[in-house]
Amino acid sequence: MENIALTEAVFYILLSLEKPLHGYGIMQNAEKLSGGRVKLAAGTLYGAINTLLEKGWISSVPGESGDRKKEYVITESGKAAVLAEISRLRELVENGEKLTGGWTK
Amino acid sequence: MKKVIKKMFWAWDFEKEEKWLNEMSAKGLALVGYSLCRYVFEECEPGEYTNKIQLLEHRPNHPESEQYIRFMEETGAEEVATYMNWVYFRKKTADGPFEIFSDIESKMNHLILVKKLLLPIAILNLWIFLMNLLNFAFNYPRGIWIPFINLACAALVFFGVHGIQKKINALKKEHAIRE
Repeated sequence: MENIALTEAVFYILLSLEKPLHGYGIMQNAEKLSGGRVKLAAGTLYGAINTLLEKGWISSVPGESGDRKKEYVITESGKAAVLAEISRLRELVENGEKLTGGWTK
Repeated sequence: MKKVIKKMFWAWDFEKEEKWLNEMSAKGLALVGYSLCRYVFEECEPGEYTNKIQLLEHRPNHPESEQYIRFMEETGAEEVATYMNWVYFRKKTADGPFEIFSDIESKMNHLILVKKLLLPIAILNLWIFLMNLLNFAFNYPRGIWIPFINLACAALVFFGVHGIQKKINALKKEHAIRE
């Protein structure tokens, strides 16, 4: 596993894909999860989805008949990437909180 | 009723063009078509649409571009016009702010694509200038001013590239410390 930080877009895309979802669904889900903070723009999302497909972290699901919208779902290696990222983030938060305890907001 | 306005923007000023289109939308005129310097508008509710312009890597009818435009349309944007590799999108303003890119890297990549479009044009004009300068100097000295038309074109496009490069550099700096 590469030891690099995921982008916020990638992190929320992966989190959104436990069940198959199309692009617009990912945008709505990321916004909902982040309390309205993360607004993925369609061009950014499109680029990230294609990269994740290439890396095999997500796969596209054959859409139901009549629905042209492509759906995506997270793969096992995608899940591993999310878990690795969570432990990296935990380290950041723990260190951050430990060392800024005396700082006033 | 359709209204046609003739106006010209340089390719490197596409953000100014977006701003102008949004001002037109605020006045109740929605872009519905574009061909060289010719903007076609239809009446709309004032401010009904927000416009964005994007340069694609391929022609709009290329399968990759078609797939991308379909994706954009699934997210509530609408393609209103295409011109060469440029696409004019719009979205209902009521659906929230319309951005195509929400991270620094994809903004940067888009500007790099614009630069890649312009740079060869500038270099080609410079090349033609140099070749013609020699040619005219030896064979037709009275027309020696003619090659300078290409030099002026090259200078103009280099100026545009410079503006784009400045924006790319600013984003690069920002990207060094955050996403």
